[in-house]
Amino acid sequence: MALSEHATDLPIGHLLRELTPQVLGIVVRRFHDFAAAEDAVQEASIAAVIEWPQQGLPENPRAWLTQVAFRKMTDQIRSESARRRRETEVAEEAARAPVTTFDAVRVKDDTLVLLFMCCHPALAPSSAIALTLRAVGGLTTAEIANAFLVPEATMAQRISRAKQTIKASGIPFQLPDPDERGLRLRSVLHVLYLIFNEGYTATSGPHLRRTDLSQEGIRLARMALQLEPENTEIAGLLALMLLTDARRHARTGLNDELIPLAQQDRALWDRGQIAEGVALLSAALPKGSVGPYQLQAAIAAVHDEGGRLEDTDWPQILALYELLKRMSDNPMVILNHAIAVAMVHGPKEGLNLLDGLKGEPRIAEHYRLDAVRAHLLEMAGDSRAAAKYYLAAAGKTVNLPERNYLLMQSARLSTMIRDS
Amino acid sequence: MKYILLMSGTKAGVDTYRAWSKKDIDGHMAVLTSLNRELTESGEFVATQGLAAPHEAKLVRGLMGGMPVTDGIFPESKEFLLGFWILDVATPERAYEIAARISTAPGPGGVPTNMPIEVRQFASHGSQSS
Amino acid sequence: MKYILMMHGKKADWDEYTRWSKEDLQRNVDYMRSFSKELNDSGVFVDTKGLALPHEAKNVRAGQNGEPITDGVFPESKEFLAGYWVIDVETPEQAYKIAARASAAPGPGGKPANMPIEVRQVLGSHSDLGV
Repeated sequence: MALSEHATDLPIGHLLRELTPQVLGIVVRRFHDFAAAEDAVQEASIAAVIEWPQQGLPENPRAWLTQVAFRKMTDQIRSESARRRRETEVAEEAARAPVTTFDAVRVKDDTLVLLFMCCHPALAPSSAIALTLRAVGGLTTAEIANAFLVPEATMAQRISRAKQTIKASGIPFQLPDPDERGLRLRSVLHVLYLIFNEGYTATSGPHLRRTDLSQEGIRLARMALQLEPENTEIAGLLALMLLTDARRHARTGLNDELIPLAQQDRALWDRGQIAEGVALLSAALPKGSVGPYQLQAAIAAVHDEGGRLEDTDWPQILALYELLKRMSDNPMVILNHAIAVAMVHGPKEGLNLLDGLKGEPRIAEHYRLDAVRAHLLEMAGDSRAAAKYYLAAAGKTVNLPERNYLLMQSARLSTMIRDS
Repeated sequence: MKYILLMSGTKAGVDTYRAWSKKDIDGHMAVLTSLNRELTESGEFVATQGLAAPHEAKLVRGLMGGMPVTDGIFPESKEFLLGFWILDVATPERAYEIAARISTAPGPGGVPTNMPIEVRQFASHGSQSS
Repeated sequence: MKYILMMHGKKADWDEYTRWSKEDLQRNVDYMRSFSKELNDSGVFVDTKGLALPHEAKNVRAGQNGEPITDGVFPESKEFLAGYWVIDVETPEQAYKIAARASAAPGPGGKPANMPIEVRQVLGSHSDLGV
């Protein structure tokens, strides 16, 4: 039986979403089999959705779920062949052992371990995202499928295969060793950022009621920060998400059209989120080890704190991009840096930088190179060339609101040229 | 990345297909059905649709007096869309690989049809971060 | 009954579209958006998709060992699928009426573009492919 797409809209759903990752940690730690534990916890939560409305909420919902999951684990082990009798005895022993009083610290550790496991670099990003949303986020398969606009059966398979990959790779249920920690943490941050970004770049379009992945990304980043409060890059990531999400209502027009940062109505920005993002950043930056997420957040903060467009502190943004460029070879960083150069030193300087990118395979074919070039050419007063590049960019982008925006810029300039 | 794989054919091509033996049609369908199952298991399947025969296709051009202007006249050479697959894959190469599998589905006598499958990327509705 | 409403275009059609004025583009985009919303509100909407422009389109066949052979060469006259709507309606006439409204979307100068929309019934399962 499939849980409904928006199960977590119901009060029971909210409770389950919070408890199932905790229960998963407990079961994995007891039985050492992540894939089977995940199945058992899913079955327990389905049982809860059926029984709790009928019989009322149990006194200790977490213990209820845990006991049911334990029973499912032993049933599963028992149903295998007789030569596994020894394992069955051990399992039954384990299941009979009382569920001790809730150990908040242990559960916290377990959730952190789950997060590291689900974001393991061995998993492809789409697998890590799906598994994290399920095992750590507590979303139902239907909700995750809905978020990515694929059928539920497809998403179920993706999650199942991700679990098998973890099983096959023998990743132990424990925190990564200190020497691995940095790499593994980068992987976690990357997955959380992808989740946020997937939600952020999806308007409802013709599909109403899509699962809100940017809120989910923020929630998971908050969770991660609670688990590792001293970690400045996690703080940086959360700050970046909040500072970006703050602009959400100003980014799209009434007709789903794209409104670039420079033209947004700043009265629509969420000042509360901006304040929170800035506070997180201010607390993190002085601690030292400044990483790419903190830098990106700092850039977003400079934009968001400007009352009006004219107040934007471009020299500071440029300085931050210079730093970010050294840490990241992301083509978008390089393009944004060129824009900042243009804003501080004039469009010709920015255009010179872009010329240097023609040989970069990852950037050369990307529509954004043409779009940025068009923008700078217009700044430099070359409307004809700008129109040409806006058009070229429009032809290359696969994003419809973006395509419409670029076409209109081209059309606007062509009209100007014609009329002059 | 979401891709659409398009299978097209002329009216004459469809007439030829309808004249295949039942055994050949079943063989063809079995390969495609099994591919769909594989794609669901790999987590790449989004949707597949078959379209009704092109003999019933209509072309609509605007309204006149409030009524649609409709005709069923197409050039003989026109390639009609017969069906499509929508996939969610990691790379374009994977989309081409799957398209090649569809292309090798057997025709009469079990010989691969080798029909060309057009592979296109979808446009998305989301707005980029700004 | 499910119907697919398809908009096709040659490369030349895209080139022409890119020469529209900003107002004409805006008017067309607004019309299409409110058209999709109406389909949603009236309960007939199933799906709509736009496709990326055909300069990335590939034709794929299988080579000797089953490996894909791709080429991106298409004749100038080739009609590419630009996008589609899938709707669920009671009668074919309803489908043609809806297609006509899509077709009448405004073009240059705000006049109905009357772009040809191909209407076909969508079948239940993949096993009915093409038959």
